[in-house]
Amino acid sequence: MKPITIVTGKAAILDRVNVDTDQIIPKQFLKRIERTGFGQFLFYNWRYDEHGTEREDFELNQPQNKNASILIAGENFGCGSSREHAPWSLLDYGFSIIIAPSFADIFYQNCFKNGILPIKLNHEEVETLMAVCAGDQAITVDLPNQHVKSGTGFNAHFDIHPYWKELLVNGWDEISITLRYGPQIDAFEKASGI
Amino acid sequence: MGKSIIQKIWDSHQVVQEENKPDLLYIDLHYIHEVTSPQAFEGLRIKERSVRRPDRTFATMDHNVPTYNRYFIQDEIARNQLDALAKNCRDFGIRLADLNSEEQGIVHVIGPELGLTNPGMTIVCGDSHTSTHGAFGALAFGIGTSEVEHVLATQTLWQTKPKTLKLQINGTLQEGVTAKDVILYIISKFGVTFGTGYVIEYCGAVISSMSMEERMTICNMSIEGGARAGLVSPDETTISYLKGRKYVSAGIEFEKAANKWRSFASDDDAEYDKILEIEGADISPMVSWGTNPGMSSPVDEQIPVLESAVSPTDKKSLASALQYMGLSEGMDIEAIPVQHVFIGSCTNSRMEDLRAAAHWVKGRRVKEGVRALVVPGSQNVKKLAEAEGLDDIFRDAGFEWRDSGCSMCLSMNPDVVPPGEHCASTSNRNFEGRQGAGARTHLVSPVMAAAAAVYGRFVDIRKEEYSRVETVHS
Ligand code: SF4
Repeated sequence: MKPITIVTGKAAILDRVNVDTDQIIPKQFLKRIERTGFGQFLFYNWRYDEHGTEREDFELNQPQNKNASILIAGENFGCGSSREHAPWSLLDYGFSIIIAPSFADIFYQNCFKNGILPIKLNHEEVETLMAVCAGDQAITVDLPNQHVKSGTGFNAHFDIHPYWKELLVNGWDEISITLRYGPQIDAFEKASGI
Repeated sequence: MGKSIIQKIWDSHQVVQEENKPDLLYIDLHYIHEVTSPQAFEGLRIKERSVRRPDRTFATMDHNVPTYNRYFIQDEIARNQLDALAKNCRDFGIRLADLNSEEQGIVHVIGPELGLTNPGMTIVCGDSHTSTHGAFGALAFGIGTSEVEHVLATQTLWQTKPKTLKLQINGTLQEGVTAKDVILYIISKFGVTFGTGYVIEYCGAVISSMSMEERMTICNMSIEGGARAGLVSPDETTISYLKGRKYVSAGIEFEKAANKWRSFASDDDAEYDKILEIEGADISPMVSWGTNPGMSSPVDEQIPVLESAVSPTDKKSLASALQYMGLSEGMDIEAIPVQHVFIGSCTNSRMEDLRAAAHWVKGRRVKEGVRALVVPGSQNVKKLAEAEGLDDIFRDAGFEWRDSGCSMCLSMNPDVVPPGEHCASTSNRNFEGRQGAGARTHLVSPVMAAAAAVYGRFVDIRKEEYSRVETVHS
């Protein structure tokens, strides 16, 4: 996993609430057995019309939202299914940071496992940030210091569990960490007779 | 202070507890299916890792499988995914209910029916409706593919302790009102995020008097209210359901297990982070009219008007939902036309669901122009239903009777709703495009779906002749 520390980049704005994983990656693309190559299908039904042409009215197709590495969205982002194809497609498309007032629980967890940083800011902060970024603004996300800043003076702190932060900052593979606890797992199984 | 069942399960599964870390929880049981597991096995292979406890993982094929002519899978990519699962299970020594197995079915239907799901367990699956297994008093939640890989490799997961929410449903339900209506009512009343960050414990007189299948319907949709897990404390209903199931021990061993299961039930003085209470009598048969399960109303009411939205954002999402659904504000729910009916999915495809629908359908006909499908949740349910003659009742009425699978719940197989058409569906999600691009899903109970098939629109089942929907418990 690629470590995340300080990222400066352009932010795309998706001012919608309850964006569900069926929209992030529609089910017809879940049949692949690899982890890669999902970016082309991100938001497929919103992004393309029935002939496969880009829909002009979809936010990510608009010029100011292209080539962004940060996505700012409305509350309850990533609700619905547990499909990890959702973070895979966001990451493959180019988003390594997602900022929203709230996230669905499973999606939130899935982000950390894939080198995506989900940031919760409060409603007002997200609104302000959307306004700030509407003018094609680059913003800086500083994970070690846990803040989001813009050149225009926007500055917000965010909370993150220290464990997830450590994983992301170091780009660690969680399984290798857990395997070090092998003896404890053995002991648990033995004590429980399983 | 006593402990809630959530606390008890958590405490008894902690392998590691360290400062500044989530807890490392032991996972008792892991279900896998073909869609969210291939990349996990790929990960194990790349890193040359093994499966720690193949005996604690159980696999089935459900999401992609055709429900008609099931051995003839036209979609090559779907076939690859099913083949990959078969190979992975063979290579790593995992039990698999494949298309030839009489155990095959939707993962959340077969686990309970085979007796694999037990009270007090921690259960995970790469599927958000894993919350279904909470009906047995298990802490069961959906995970992503990286976590599937983590469980395969370590039989554990790092988890931060959830908050606890007690949801009490008092009194009794009106006739014709089912478990599905209860959960749709809850989500429409409290919203699609009320459970985020919580595990819900459902309790109260309505829950106590429910069968296991009804409790599964409720727990199944916890995730639609934002909660990763929802559960019910085990009681004698739970224990008698499990007795005699295929993978449950018998005799004295069963009695021992049952005593342990009982001990997981919440203590009377347990404390919760939040408590919500509703009255069973307030609940009507529900129909979803929008693009998330919270957008549901009683069948005898109207679609809300835009003016009723509490915020500009709500108004925007209401307007876009109505546009997608091709419906207008203020319209009577009973006036919504229905061209497709789907009775199935891990929410409502068990024996009681099929019996309730068949009981009402008997002697009636599906309206001309309506296509209606019944897809049993498992091959086992299919067999039992056929033994009771339910298949004939459905077929005589004009329904199609299929093999088990997820089918039109997410339409990854050939069962798809065409664009712009409305489907009365007993599944759990009415997201845009869920049943096919442009498809318009309405979530309802099995008997409401059956009635919609006959009328070609929604009707209030409480006003119907034979409206007394007997729940025949299996
Ligand atoms: S029936 Fe639907 S909700 Fe249930 S597991 Fe299958 S696809 Fe998921």
